[in-house]
Amino acid sequence: MDTSFTLSWIDYAIMIIYFVFVLGIGWALKRYMKDASAFLEAGRSMPAWVAGLAFISTNLGALEVMGMAGSGAKYGMLTTHFYWIGAIPAMVFLALFMMPFYYGSKARSVPEYLKLRFDEKTRGLNAILFGVMTILASGISMYALAILMERVLGWNFHVSLILSAAIVLGYTYLGGLSSAIYNEVLQFFIIVIGLLPIVFLSLHQVGGWTGLQHTLAPIATGQGFAADSYTTMWRHTGSALSNPMGVEWYGIFAGLGFVLSFGYWCTNFLIVQRAMSAHSPTAARNTPLIGALPKMFIPFLIIVPGIAALALMKTPGSGFSLPLNSAGQPIYDYTIIALLKQYLPAGVLGLGITALLASFMSGMAGNVSAFNTVWTYDIYQSYIRPITGNKASDDKHYLKVGRLATIFGVIVSIGAAYIASKFGNIMDFLQTIFSMINAPLFAVIFLGMFWKRSTGHAAFAGLLAGLIIALIHHGLTYPEGANTIVKGGWIYHLHSYRVEMAQNFWTAIYACSTSAFVTVTLSLLTKQKKSDADLSGLVYSLTPKLGKEDVAWYRRSTTLAILVLAIAAILTILFW
Amino acid sequence: MGIDIKLPIGIMFSIFGILLTFYGLFTNSNVLMYQKSFGININVYSGLVMLVFGLAMLLASWKTNKSASKK
Repeated sequence: MDTSFTLSWIDYAIMIIYFVFVLGIGWALKRYMKDASAFLEAGRSMPAWVAGLAFISTNLGALEVMGMAGSGAKYGMLTTHFYWIGAIPAMVFLALFMMPFYYGSKARSVPEYLKLRFDEKTRGLNAILFGVMTILASGISMYALAILMERVLGWNFHVSLILSAAIVLGYTYLGGLSSAIYNEVLQFFIIVIGLLPIVFLSLHQVGGWTGLQHTLAPIATGQGFAADSYTTMWRHTGSALSNPMGVEWYGIFAGLGFVLSFGYWCTNFLIVQRAMSAHSPTAARNTPLIGALPKMFIPFLIIVPGIAALALMKTPGSGFSLPLNSAGQPIYDYTIIALLKQYLPAGVLGLGITALLASFMSGMAGNVSAFNTVWTYDIYQSYIRPITGNKASDDKHYLKVGRLATIFGVIVSIGAAYIASKFGNIMDFLQTIFSMINAPLFAVIFLGMFWKRSTGHAAFAGLLAGLIIALIHHGLTYPEGANTIVKGGWIYHLHSYRVEMAQNFWTAIYACSTSAFVTVTLSLLTKQKKSDADLSGLVYSLTPKLGKEDVAWYRRSTTLAILVLAIAAILTILFW
Repeated sequence: MGIDIKLPIGIMFSIFGILLTFYGLFTNSNVLMYQKSFGININVYSGLVMLVFGLAMLLASWKTNKSASKK
């Protein structure tokens, strides 16, 4: 099917108004950008609800929205595992057990926490890997945005790329992290309201949730699965062969629910930075919890329409189809686009397209604003500034460096976007590799926070060993049917997994456990150079317990955490 | 950090709400256009939802402002 749209004046009007507000917010914040802390840390002044919505909005990029809807059309309700088990427990853990140390240590970034807790080399390794990773991620999302604008709106690829980069640069240069965060909040609301019409209309056509179950039953049985395997989560995960996703319950539980999600939510500075911008320790703890509340309902916004798309594809006369690739397979990533085209008349269509563009751009802005912080504090301030012989800490100077890093980050992202357009496979490969650095990082930070004996040398070796094992595992295994080295097996074909997802789970599990093993062993063999006093505020057992939180009981982190877990449990049981 | 984000959110969604509601009302007679959405005038409904949300944000922002100026 044809994926191009014809927009009318009202659609363009909505788009233009939105971007006027986006740039306007940056403009309004300009006069508050007086020092580096205001620009790079949002002056630690955000209310919890703003930081909390930005926290999940950063993760709700367009690639995520399109990917998860596509995954819904492919695997059905099993995709929800990425939310209820794959995000909520990690977010609660981050809030209750890790934020007090990230926030309380006064570290300005995750690499800086590593420096305070361990040593310089551990910070350096993490800062450099993170810097490269965020710029690549930003470039990839720029490329995806420009391709989408070319295919869907018929705009020129180069013009789309430069225009979106200019808008992102505009508001992050003007307002720094605050601007990125406020715009993430704006994006959150527009994406929810912009996608609601397709949720409503697609469910209307298939006859609601029960209609969906009835339509999908023959499809599932036709593929040899139980009738309800597209509309349930755990029931058919006893064996990898009995569900469309091809994974079994312990793979989901350990791989996704523990290693991948804790690695992502608890150590990725892009995410943690939002919580670090909160105005108080309690607000910082509440940030991931407030984010978790809407996060649990995102599946109904993007996965359920994806599942409805699956049902509609198989219903003759529905008029719905996905574009096909050269091999005749549906391109699942276009599910959301196809739904927008199918249902939305001019007006709400502009809203839906604006929502997608907005989430692409806020994804880029998030990456750029995390990059410039790590660049300024962890690379420039620690390694480059001392060489110049100027040791004075001049805040104005770092503000300038932060601003230049923003421009530099956007320019390098554009370069990365062009590399992605020429060598897409290389970018996929790099992204897979970089997704591996989070799993070992979680092991190291976890041991650092909860075991005072863990040492700097051990942490460095643990990070490196985890990354190397992840690479080796990826090189020795491959998903069935993979024909490029990008998917793995580039050293030797030792083992094959049924699906790529299973391979990713196990890569992460091996990386995390290797890293934990190496860190523990070497810690016991090396001397702890830091005294207990050095580690106060950085390690659980050496930090004075917080007294009762000085807020009403319903605003306390523990109350919120219980509420979040209870809702997640109820949702899981409902869709068991 | 200086600004109250509820204010721009409120203004923007109120504008979107008014725009879509009126656009929906003006195009209401266009049967062909709303065939896609099963004859439901999705613009009017979305517009009203956004208008209510926008006004609620403006109200919340006004309240924050009032309590801040009292202090």
